[in-house]
This record gives sequence, structure tokens and C-alpha cells, in this order.
Amino acid sequence: MIQVTNLNKRFKKNHVLRDLNLELNQPGITALLGPNGSGKTTLVKSILGLVITDTGQILYDSKETKGQFLYRHQISYLPQIARFPENLTGRELLQLMKSIRPNPVKEEMLLNLFELHKELDKKMSEMSGGTKQKFNLVLCFMYDAPTIILDEPSTGLDPLALIALKAYLIEEKKKGKQILLITHILNLVEELADNVVFILDGKIYYQGGIKELIEKQQVQNLEIAIANILRTDAANS
Amino acid sequence: MLQILKYSFFDMIRNRWTFVYMGFFLILTVALFLLSNDITKVVLSMTNIILYLTPLLGILFGSMYYYNSEEFIELLLAQPLSRNAVFTGLYLGIASSLSISLILGVGLPMLFFGALSSPELPAVVLLLFLSVVLSIIFSLLSFIIAMKFKNRIKGFGISIFTWLFFAIIYDGIFLLILLLFKDYPLEKATLGLTVFNPIDLSRILLLLNLDESAMMGYTGAVLQKFLGSQLGTYMILITLALWIIIPFLYILRIGKKKDI
Repeated sequence: MIQVTNLNKRFKKNHVLRDLNLELNQPGITALLGPNGSGKTTLVKSILGLVITDTGQILYDSKETKGQFLYRHQISYLPQIARFPENLTGRELLQLMKSIRPNPVKEEMLLNLFELHKELDKKMSEMSGGTKQKFNLVLCFMYDAPTIILDEPSTGLDPLALIALKAYLIEEKKKGKQILLITHILNLVEELADNVVFILDGKIYYQGGIKELIEKQQVQNLEIAIANILRTDAANS
Repeated sequence: MLQILKYSFFDMIRNRWTFVYMGFFLILTVALFLLSNDITKVVLSMTNIILYLTPLLGILFGSMYYYNSEEFIELLLAQPLSRNAVFTGLYLGIASSLSISLILGVGLPMLFFGALSSPELPAVVLLLFLSVVLSIIFSLLSFIIAMKFKNRIKGFGISIFTWLFFAIIYDGIFLLILLLFKDYPLEKATLGLTVFNPIDLSRILLLLNLDESAMMGYTGAVLQKFLGSQLGTYMILITLALWIIIPFLYILRIGKKKDI
């Protein structure tokens, strides 16, 4: 469904994406891994049209995305930082989102899942980081979009909320959704992900199953496999 | 776009600083009335204060609001919304809340102290109108600055400098040019230079209509001599409109190319 070809993006002197090619066609959870500054967030933001790329092409459902915005009906995005207008209440924030993007199908269910009903009339500035992240999750999940992109979804969540999040993601995966997950928490990846895309220096280093990645590095688990890749990369550069 | 405007307006009118802003003008106007009961004098004093302060506050509020909304802009732009709609909506949210606090802050005391029945009513309306126009122009400039500079400290610095430039430095340069080229006829050149400063334009427009030519300064006198009050007024209004339209279109242009 998402097809990225020869993508390049520079921020001033920093060449973040270098001729990146990627095809994400299968449903299920794909974890996007890579060290800090490797270009994970930039790639995801390019897919969403938030970052304007220099050269290359991004197709969604075989259609060019550059300069378009309607294709985003098909995508739900969870930003990395949950910060909203400080003087709006949770309820108003949800109303705002519904007014610009109608037909939320799971609002009630999600408010129950993250136990947010009692927080609805609080101002955003009075909420804790974790509560804001829960609202962030509700805003993202309440639509029935076929593609879901999550940037560090577990930030600030308490164990209960984290369990709820995982259960929810597995549920969505079963419905045949395509979920793209950026995270540094490898436990989460091993528990949830079907596939891994590993980005290194703005290029795709590996794309495939977790097991194969571990076998390829001849180690016992994902953590060590990734540490190995990073070490060899550091030694080579 | 209207939805974004609505909620960013809600957000702004509950902001403490919006109340401080409105309260400041409220107290200022009431204080001036208590000092002198003559509405003409109050309007004149207000003119000088408003011409300098609304640009400063507009430019500071604008960049503060933009920087505080960066993550929210990211969330909005990840939705099926066009960039024009998002940036226009946000901008109108801040512009409308600034304008309303100004109109209430200055307008209410004016009403209370009898502006409606006073012969100075047109001047009072013009003063309110120009303060709104200046807020709009300078908050537009602040959006441009905040969109261009990701670093907040830099952005605020440039915002303050922009205000300083139009409010003070510009006049200095202006006088220097007059002094250096005093042997040449400068009427047209000075008129041309005035066009590039919305604060000057507003001041001249107010004084043209207040009939206090002693305070109009050199450019005001030249303008009145060459164009007469009426034509001069129209010229200034058109120029001020351009000062709104061009920066606004420029914001949309930056918005299209900006990495969020």
C-alpha cells in the first residue's frame, strides 16, 4: 500500500534520507527500527506529507501523495510528542478532531479502554504527560483507517495502559490493518511485530522477519542482533 | 478551516495573556480619561501609545502562539486537511482574539465616557480600526518569522527587532536621509519611504483625520499638501490593505514548503 522510491531529504547539510526505497504492502505490524537520527521519523513524516522531500516518490495505494491531502483519510497518525492547545479540555479536543475528520467509530470504546471519562473536562494544561498521551492515542485510534502509523506510542504510559495498548494493537492487526510502529523498546517489537524494517544512515538496512534478523546475526535475541548491527556500522564508518 | 479558527479562538480567549492584554488597554484608557475628561486629548494620547504598543504585543503574541502550537500543527497536518486551511485557521484564531480584546479594552471605556455623543466619534472609530489593522499586520509578520526560524530564542529576538525597526529605527534612518539629501527635493521620496512602514502610515492617517497637523510631522504635511486629506486617506488605506494581503499570501507560500 505504501511505496517509497529513491527518496532523498536533506535538512541543510544533514542528508537524512539517502535514496531510500521501501515497499510496505502486507498487513500486520511492521516495526521501524534504527538508531537516533537514522531517519525513522523523517521517513514517516514524508509519507504523511509533513516533511517535503527533495527527490523521489511516495505512492499510497498506487497514487502519488505529493501535494495531496485526501489520502490521509486512510492513515491514522500518532505524533511522538503529545502537546495540544493548553486551554482546551479533553472533550473539546475530541470535538475539534471530529469536526475536521468526521465518523469516529471507536471513541466511546477507547475512552473506556484508557479510563479517560473522568479526565474529559480537564484542561490540557492540567493533565499529566501520560494522560495527554492517552488522549493522543484516542485521537489516533478512533478512526477506522486501514493504515496506522505510531511514533513511540508507549511514552509515559502506566503498565495498565500499556497492556491495553498492546491488546488493542493485536486486535487491530487481526482485522487486517497495516500498522507501522516506531519504537526503541525492543520488548514491544518482539511481542507485537510481524516484520522489521531497520533504517541505518537514511537507508533501509534490513527488511523482513524478526527471526531471520536474529539468525542472520547468529545471536540469541533481537536486542543483541541490533546492537551487533550498530557496532559493525560504527566500526565501518 | 473554520473549525480550526473556532477552536484556536477558544484556546486563545481562555489564555491568561489575552486577559492581561485586554486589561492593560482597559486600565490605560480609563486612566487617561480620569486624567483629562477631554476626549480629543485622550484620543491623541491613545494614538501615540497604541501606534507603538499594538505592533509590539501583536508580534510577541503571534510568535509565542505559533511556537506553542507546533505540535498541534503537526497533528492537524497529519489529518486530511490542506496546508492552507490549517495555517489560515490558526492565524485567524489569534488575529480575531487579539482584535476582540483590543476593541473591548479600548472601546468599552470610550463608550462609557461618552464617545458616541462626542464630535470625536469618527476619530475614535478610526483609532480602533487602525489598532486592529496594526495587530493584524504585526501578527502576520510574527507568523512569518516563527515559521522561518525554528529556534524560538532567535525567533523572539527577530520579532522584537522587527518591532524596534518599524517603531524607532525606521524614523531614524528616515531623518538621516532627509539630512543627507537636504539639498534635493525630497517630497516624493519621503512619501515613497513612508509606504514601507505601517506604523507611520497609521499615524499619518489618524492625524490627517484628527486635524492636528502640528503633530503630523514632515511626511504627513507633505502628504496633505500633495494629495489632500481625502485622496491621502484612500492611498493609505490601500497601502495598509497590501500590508495585510502580501504577508498573508507569503505565509501560505512558506506553509506549502515547510517541513513540520
